[in-house]
Amino acid sequence: MSAVVKLSNVHKSFGTNKVLDGVSFEVGRGEVAAVIGQSGSGKSTALRCINALETIDGGTIDVCGHAVHDAKLDRRSLRRDVGIVFQSYNLFPHLTAEQNIMLAPSCVKKVSKSEARDLAHDVLRRVGLAEKAGHFPEQLSGGQQQRVAIARSLAMQPKLMLFDEVTSALDPQLTGEVLKVMEDLARGGMTMILVTHEMAFARKVASQVVYMHKGKVWETGPGSMLDSPKTAELADFVGSGL
Amino acid sequence: MPSFSLVHLEFLGWAAMWTLGLSAIAFIGGGLVGFAVALMRISSVHWVRYAAIAYIQVVQGTPLLILLFLIYFGIAIVGFQEVPAIIAAGIGLTIYSSGFLAEIWRGCLQSVPKTQWEAAECLALTPWQRMTRVILPQAMRIATPPTVGFLVQIVKNTSLASVVGFVELAQAGKLINNSIFEPFTVFMVVAAIYFAICFPLSTWSRRLERKLNVSRR
Amino acid sequence: MTYQFDFSALWAFWPEFLQGAWLTLQLSAVSTVLGFVLGTLCAIGRSDGPPWVKFLVASYVEVIRNTPLLVQVFIVYFGIATLGIKVSANAAAVIALVVNVGAYTCEIVRAGLESVHKSQLEAADCLGLSKPQIYWHVIIRPAIERVYPALTSQYVLLMLASSITSQISAEELTAVANRIQSDTFRSFETYIVVGIIYLALSFVVRIALWLFGLVVFVRKRKLGTAL
Ligand SMILES: Nc1ncnc2c1ncn2[C@@H]1O[C@H](COP(=O)(O)OP(=O)(O)O)[C@@H](O)[C@H]1O
Ligand SMILES: [Mg+2]
Repeated sequence: MSAVVKLSNVHKSFGTNKVLDGVSFEVGRGEVAAVIGQSGSGKSTALRCINALETIDGGTIDVCGHAVHDAKLDRRSLRRDVGIVFQSYNLFPHLTAEQNIMLAPSCVKKVSKSEARDLAHDVLRRVGLAEKAGHFPEQLSGGQQQRVAIARSLAMQPKLMLFDEVTSALDPQLTGEVLKVMEDLARGGMTMILVTHEMAFARKVASQVVYMHKGKVWETGPGSMLDSPKTAELADFVGSGL
Repeated sequence: MPSFSLVHLEFLGWAAMWTLGLSAIAFIGGGLVGFAVALMRISSVHWVRYAAIAYIQVVQGTPLLILLFLIYFGIAIVGFQEVPAIIAAGIGLTIYSSGFLAEIWRGCLQSVPKTQWEAAECLALTPWQRMTRVILPQAMRIATPPTVGFLVQIVKNTSLASVVGFVELAQAGKLINNSIFEPFTVFMVVAAIYFAICFPLSTWSRRLERKLNVSRR
Repeated sequence: MTYQFDFSALWAFWPEFLQGAWLTLQLSAVSTVLGFVLGTLCAIGRSDGPPWVKFLVASYVEVIRNTPLLVQVFIVYFGIATLGIKVSANAAAVIALVVNVGAYTCEIVRAGLESVHKSQLEAADCLGLSKPQIYWHVIIRPAIERVYPALTSQYVLLMLASSITSQISAEELTAVANRIQSDTFRSFETYIVVGIIYLALSFVVRIALWLFGLVVFVRKRKLGTAL
């Protein structure tokens, strides 16, 4: 199985703060990797490095055939292959749901306006929001905004999707609707890396769990590893009621 | 000696048109240059950013009057002898406006959250597409009230263009006063015309600002 | 371009440049202090005075802010003369600058006054402070501390704008420059030198006001944060 994402010994510091300290893991095609760990352990940073939002100090990152660590990386072509969804949705407030989704296909892929609109309606249907196409972000609930944000990424037909705590800002009942969309995606064969605090979800959907601690991959394995942690830190983390 | 009459008023009205014309030149020229400098000011390339900072500091730290004198004598040095006054005045006011507009607009561009820049980047938009499709539409809403407010400064500062020989409202007042010597009347009328131009702009700017504040809450 | 820059002819005039800079600083300092007092009084009247005072102050502020300083200077200088009162160019310059900067100060300070929270007033009232005491300690001082950066920028602009008074031959830096350039025929060089002096002055004024702020606003000095 060829790896879609491969991190090898990745190092990253902000000033004197060492945030990633030799991180390595691999995600194969169609796999779902759940990255867990205490806040501040470097999960977001790892995700941002995969998408070249941060440059790394050492090691290599290969994503869908792009050498992300290379100074000559073509960022735009990387980002055509990688979709990312943030905790704070980051929809464009001046555009409707539909326009948010149409923007990248029409700007980047030069898809015609009517095709882009069809595409937008298609992905909105997939996230269950077909009827909200003309709504502006502020007219939508948090859960709906997050689903539009997922749809916006999907519209670019990425080979890999990154999710950074996408449900952390949501009420429990809204969390469910977003998780369901992600579960459908996983079942549809999308390769995904998700940073999450939803342990039950990780256990159910993830083919691989990556536990990060102090900038290192502390433990990694199938979802069942959460039931029998090998390290005291993971035991602590799982036991802390999350 | 003749006293202030309709003829003089007509002359002032005509001069007011030149004031408006020069203001328009200063705003358009200053807007173009200022926008470029604002972009340079937020560039990630160090020397580009420092060049923009230096430009803004120099323009904002020198009186417009000195700037105009420098342009006026500078043009002659570069080798142009008979340059129309409106060119010298236009260049001077363009530089002046660009220095202030750059700083105003820089603030507006930077007030668009960093997450919006990132989200656009992650969708593989080019820097140009990101600017025109995502950042500017949001920044312009914030930029409108202070920009309209700055228009008032431009209109008022065109009054200094007389030092490079440009006849606008203030200079026209001075010319009339030289012939009839009724300074109080003449300059009160001149002030009233400036007020008639500037007050609506100020009011408009304030109203835009209030609306923006309400919509932000 | 065949022009030969020649700054040497200007060397002989350095005492005059210095004198001009000093006069500009004096003119600005006097106008700043008086304009600050006028503007603060107006701001108080505007936010807490009887209706007619509010109206009067509002009109003053609008008229000044929507007309050019140059025309204001002309009205003061030539206008007062026609009333039969003789004023020097320098006096007219100070009057015009004070009236001008007073209006801007009023707007800035008023924004500061409006930002003072009502609960602060109630707290002060409950402590039994008198009305003037409340005004000074609870409203004016915090308000001014809060808008001090805006006031600083305004007073730097005032120093630069004082160059306009050269148009009625008040003796400040720009007027000195105008005289030197017509004596030496090195016009471009003269205005370069003067431009640099103004840049330096705006730096000096900024630093001076910053230091003044440190002395006056103890809290900011100790905590390092703005109110
Ligand atoms: N842009 C940044 N500049 C400086 N420090 C940062 C930056 N982003 C993250 N950090 C620091 O890196 C560490 C890891 O952060 P992050 O990757 O966000 O952790 P997590 O997502 O696991 O909570 C934290 O100590 C954080 O303060
Ligand atoms: Mg995080």
